[in-house]
Amino acid sequence: MFHLRKVLAPVFISLGLITACGSDKALPNEQGSRSTGEVSAETTEPRKTIRLVTHGSFAVSDDIFVQFEEQTGIRVEVLMSGDAGTMLAESILTAGNPIGDVIFGIDNTFMQRAIEANVLEQYESPQLEIVLDEFEIDDLHYLTPIDFGDVCVNYWIDSFPSNQPTKLSDLTQPQYANQLVVQNPETSSPGLAFLLATIAGTPDWEQYWKDLRDNGVAITSGWEDAYYGEFKAGGGDRSMVVSYASSPPAEVLYADPPTDQSPTAVLLDSCYRQIEFAGILAGTKHREAAESLIDFMLSPRFQNDVPLNMFVFPVIEGAVLPQEFIDHAQVAESPLVIDPAEIESNRDTWTDRWVEIVLG
Amino acid sequence: MIKSLRTIIAVVLFLVPIIFISCFFLYPVAAILWNGLQSQDHLNQLTEVLRTPRSQKAIWFTFWQATISTVITILVALPSAALISKMKKRSRKWARAAITVPFVLPTIVVAGAFEAVFKQLGIDRGPLSLHHTSWAIILAHVFFNYAVVARTVGSFWSGLDYRVEEQARLLGANKWQAFWQVTFPALKPAIYASAVITYLFSFTSFGIILVLGGPRKATIETEIYRYAITRSDFQSASSLALVQLIAVLFLIIVSTRLERGKPAPKSISYRSSEQFSLKFRLTNWTLVSMFLGGPILTLFLRSFSVGDGYGISHYQALASRVPQLPATALSAILNSLIFATVATCIALAVGILASLQIVHGKRGLRSLFDLGLTLPLGTSAVTIGFGILIALDEPPLDLRTSWWIVPIAHALIGTPFVIRTMVPALRHINPKIREVAATLGAAPHQVRRAIDLPIAMRGALVGAAFSFAVSIGEFGATSFLPRRPETLTAPIAMFRLLSTPGDLLRGQAMALSVILALIVATTVVVIESTKAGSEGSF
Repeated sequence: MFHLRKVLAPVFISLGLITACGSDKALPNEQGSRSTGEVSAETTEPRKTIRLVTHGSFAVSDDIFVQFEEQTGIRVEVLMSGDAGTMLAESILTAGNPIGDVIFGIDNTFMQRAIEANVLEQYESPQLEIVLDEFEIDDLHYLTPIDFGDVCVNYWIDSFPSNQPTKLSDLTQPQYANQLVVQNPETSSPGLAFLLATIAGTPDWEQYWKDLRDNGVAITSGWEDAYYGEFKAGGGDRSMVVSYASSPPAEVLYADPPTDQSPTAVLLDSCYRQIEFAGILAGTKHREAAESLIDFMLSPRFQNDVPLNMFVFPVIEGAVLPQEFIDHAQVAESPLVIDPAEIESNRDTWTDRWVEIVLG
Repeated sequence: MIKSLRTIIAVVLFLVPIIFISCFFLYPVAAILWNGLQSQDHLNQLTEVLRTPRSQKAIWFTFWQATISTVITILVALPSAALISKMKKRSRKWARAAITVPFVLPTIVVAGAFEAVFKQLGIDRGPLSLHHTSWAIILAHVFFNYAVVARTVGSFWSGLDYRVEEQARLLGANKWQAFWQVTFPALKPAIYASAVITYLFSFTSFGIILVLGGPRKATIETEIYRYAITRSDFQSASSLALVQLIAVLFLIIVSTRLERGKPAPKSISYRSSEQFSLKFRLTNWTLVSMFLGGPILTLFLRSFSVGDGYGISHYQALASRVPQLPATALSAILNSLIFATVATCIALAVGILASLQIVHGKRGLRSLFDLGLTLPLGTSAVTIGFGILIALDEPPLDLRTSWWIVPIAHALIGTPFVIRTMVPALRHINPKIREVAATLGAAPHQVRRAIDLPIAMRGALVGAAFSFAVSIGEFGATSFLPRRPETLTAPIAMFRLLSTPGDLLRGQAMALSVILALIVATTVVVIESTKAGSEGSF
């Protein structure tokens, strides 16, 4: 027996690879949730299932896609993975054979990369008519804007009874020394947004960061360790942190003990605007259904659902903001932005330079 | 007839681990590396990223911190291993369960707890500051891997023949001489086995490096992430992944050599009647509970800290859904339990079959099995996750979005634990017992069933407990695999809860981590209370 094994081993190993991999079809797919019914469904009944690929922060009300299904007969299956960067990397790797039909969550800092990687199909939604002009930044219509949020410096109100910071340039002043914590733009999306904010909002961003460094800025790898580790909200001792414009309303909604006043406020001059887009993944077999889903995401029903679930803002005219947002959220009037193409061609150079200045 | 049936079964059992590792690891990893490397024309391009000072620094730091982490873990865990090996059955069970808890805690939560402890002790600033230092990373690695060494070595130790050490004492050796010259060499197989796991764990550690090490510390793992995710530069990521793979291969080969060593003379445990001194026991357990207990206590207190006082409302809140989560935290716990159970079953099946091959199989095959099945532990979550995504993408093997892919990925990481705890146990069964059995007329398979299996089960159950804990706490690979909202796992829920401001959400995340810790502790107790588990103390 052992002798036989010895002879056959290499054969089995290679055979095992081929045949066994093939036979894994027998593995059941949970709850039949892989849309195996699709093929027959298309011919016999109008019901279809399409897949929405998105990042781990995606959140909607329970019944929202039920309504969509009732309206259109299209069932939406959500697939979440990692963060926005992971999701984009995965769609690039699976280009041509995507795991879904529609992708949601690519933002304007990654937009150009997604377009250049040929993972998207063009689609001009009729719903774009009601989208505010400032968000329609993709003239080629690969990506459709769905929501926006601002990345801004937040500060702890009690720390600044009289001298609240109001400008980006304040942060380099001695009176704000050792107060700011920001995230590494190489490992954190708000960190990258804030770097872009300084590039767009200061005359010489390299000098600005040298000044910040000399003024005792603290750097963390991610948002959590900045907000909960260093910032006062989590028990740290720094009074300013890079976070979101929607963080103050979250501080009220999830306060413990309850409060109606956020302990934090936003430095509006520092806000970088992040717009999140949806697009149709190239290679989809359900082009029409994918179009309907994108249209639906721009409907008032979906747009009004966005703030309290994902803590971002709607992009259409006439969307209704929840009271918590009206009371506690501020939207920058003239947020900082950089053209996505310019970001794509400079990002690595910028972050490399940032590392040299701040961490070097 | 029966013989040929037996041959068929043997061949099938032989193939199971091979098929498993080929389909779900070797093939996906080869595919993702090929994808990244094929676009490079020259070796020049391949090594371009490796020639940057930044990469070289990261590679060097990876080896450095993993080595130091492993050495320190072994040194500080050995006393507990010694104590565990001599404990009575019941107290041993609880001690093992308690020290396994850290293993399951999500790194992001532990990192936060460590920072809090540093602050309490006043070492988050000043000359003794551990904030964003290599030592913070190493401390956390010791915290996570303590159980691996203490339990693997402790379980092996209890199987040693104490008479040898006692004889040495009789011949005039003092306690330390007897330990270093007799017991320690005999323990080597278990020490190497647990050292490999600790090393690989530290080698591919991600969250700890980022959070506790801060933005200036980078390893091969964090650089792979940076190139693949932040830059979508799959070429550089693949080059680094290749370096990681080769380093890990080399490491496992060396360790297998060392591990095999000289089989120490021993029989199945004759427990020494001599206990360690009360002073030693007290000192050890006090230090251990301070070190392992500190961060856990922080989590515990935070989970009960409600408003300005204390209460259980964060636990109650787990039953209702918050917008940040696609399901309730409670259902996430349930998902994690199911995934961990399935993953543990797969890891046990594959691990047991592979261990038998490693111990009894032909020479060349042995090391292949060992190598192949240990590799996933030292492979980046990015490599495994993305590999599965691009390799298992076509019918009949389109598993990219299957429910099964999560427990399979967890089992990949759990299997090495089963193997590393089983093989030393199997390998050091006194051949005399087998010979006696054979002399008494037992066929080889009967010998295996009657003698090898019960002894191996002891190791397997330790491995199963780890495999379960690994799966319950796994974050990396899970987060890279596309998942349905309803299959949310507890660590991912925790991560999400911590990514929106608000003390209520943070309180829930802490409550969730305490529950995970309790689940793992309970599971370990239950697993070790089973009949096979108690075989460990014949």
